Amino acid sequence: MPDRRFRPETLAIHAGQIPDAATGARALPIYQTTSFVFDSADHAASLFNLQTFGNVYSRLSNPTVAALEERVAALEGGRAAVAAASGMAAEAMALMTLLQAGDHVVAAGALYGGTVTMLAVNLRKFGIETTFVDATDPAAFAAAIRPSTRAVYAETLGNPSVVVLDIAAIADVAHAHGLPLVVDNTVPSPALCNPIAHGADIVVHSATKYLAGHGTTLGGVVVESGKFPWDNGKFPGMTEPSPGYHGVKFYETFGDFGFSMRCRMETLRVYGATLSPMSAWQILQGVETLPLRMERHCANAQAVAQFLQADKRVAWVNYPGLPDHPQHALLMRQMSGASGLLAFGVAAGAGGSSATALQRGIRFIESAQFMSHLVNIGDTRTLISHPASTTHRQLDEAQQRAAGVLPDMIRISVGLEHIDDILWDIDQALAAAVA
Amino acid sequence: MADDISSLRRILKSCKTIAVVGLSAEWHRPSFFAAKYMQQHGYRIVPVNPKYPEILGETSYVRLEDIPFPVDMVDVFRREADVPPIARSAVAIGAKCLWQQLGVKSAEADAIARAAGLESVMDRCVKIEHARLFGGLHWAGVNTNVVSSRRLV
Repeated sequence: MPDRRFRPETLAIHAGQIPDAATGARALPIYQTTSFVFDSADHAASLFNLQTFGNVYSRLSNPTVAALEERVAALEGGRAAVAAASGMAAEAMALMTLLQAGDHVVAAGALYGGTVTMLAVNLRKFGIETTFVDATDPAAFAAAIRPSTRAVYAETLGNPSVVVLDIAAIADVAHAHGLPLVVDNTVPSPALCNPIAHGADIVVHSATKYLAGHGTTLGGVVVESGKFPWDNGKFPGMTEPSPGYHGVKFYETFGDFGFSMRCRMETLRVYGATLSPMSAWQILQGVETLPLRMERHCANAQAVAQFLQADKRVAWVNYPGLPDHPQHALLMRQMSGASGLLAFGVAAGAGGSSATALQRGIRFIESAQFMSHLVNIGDTRTLISHPASTTHRQLDEAQQRAAGVLPDMIRISVGLEHIDDILWDIDQALAAAVA
Repeated sequence: MADDISSLRRILKSCKTIAVVGLSAEWHRPSFFAAKYMQQHGYRIVPVNPKYPEILGETSYVRLEDIPFPVDMVDVFRREADVPPIARSAVAIGAKCLWQQLGVKSAEADAIARAAGLESVMDRCVKIEHARLFGGLHWAGVNTNVVSSRRLV
């Protein structure tokens, strides 16, 4: 019987979890244990040599965490995944596995502020340089590539700029230079976009956001496509004996999931930013309803964007789901929806200055009744924030503008409340803002 | 060529004696990884490699035809060009399955095996498939493509 290709709605519920072998438990058990017994000294040796698959210590792998890893890999159409304690931990794991001192990264400028800081400050401390380029310009990516470049990095839908990445075009540039394209797919989630299908090689997620969806739990995931040719001469860490894991050659031994094994056995094992089983379980409760929730996030955000676009108290709206958005056609080509994130600026009013617009924006945020002023996204609740003074505060104004953050920008992560109530809260907060 | 979950399960359940052609005795080689894994999961491994007298505690034979007992599966870790004669030997000794390892995909060998009524698997690792379908690989975060409401048996 040919294998069935299951749809995302089915994978979101079943992938990575069959009934527990020991007990028959249908729902996923929480394996809250640090360690796992060996059957014999030989079994222990085989596990440490990676000659057999199994659990040793929960810093490396855990059955509850594995269910989340396989499920996200399946939803992304990837070969394998490794979970981490947060989205930033996942990103750090992917980059620290790929890169070493002397390497160079070409990254989109329109990125989450924490990612800009990781690349521009933290990785630089270890001798890894990053050049930031315009996310919408494939030629700029190509021009910035050097002989020492080892990764191209971008977000599929920038946070908070909602810049749409032309994944196939940037993947072509990366592949022409023998480089993997690493993308953060947090904002669309795998329900709206599968970057691997468009050529991405490694996908990272903050599972804290739409994957979990409930705003209770931090987590991250790195997904590997299984298609990148690591033996192209640029990645000796994948093909030569690993000094960090007694001589294993990860690509030769594990083939199309070699990068994931190396993430796990070299980086996660040593740096230890592991996801807890309890957190993995909580995130999985959200993942089961991901496709359903994303439909409503998109519908609500679309309605909010249209409402703001038609309102004279609003200076500008940025939501690629709007048909007149310059990247709308690109979005529709690679994603089944524009997700729940949008940005806008409150109008300064007749004769008002940019300082007035900023003041009004802050009054808007402070006047909301149930929309929450905080810096998360992808919650059931509608969330609002002012990126220039919060998530992107560590960047100077030039870096902020490169990241797509304008001084008067208000970010909304549109939640799952009734759309009439969301529009009511926006309307009354706007009234207070311009009063 | 067998490539779906039910065929691979059937093959791995019915083949208990595996002749491994090109098995290395060096612990970090993929062939050693795979054979050691299968041995630990209850399969009898029969090394076929003229370079060694014994691997993994089992006598190593020069040729498949030298093995003095029945073999269920012939698992091949050799270059593609070397596989068709191995396929003919697999047929000659009455094996039930020719399994070409990951990266090995001789269409000629596949045709020889299937014409003689053998099961044929290409470009897959016997260890990874066993771990995928009978447990283990999932713990490494790999997408097994297994969707089921039954426990693993």
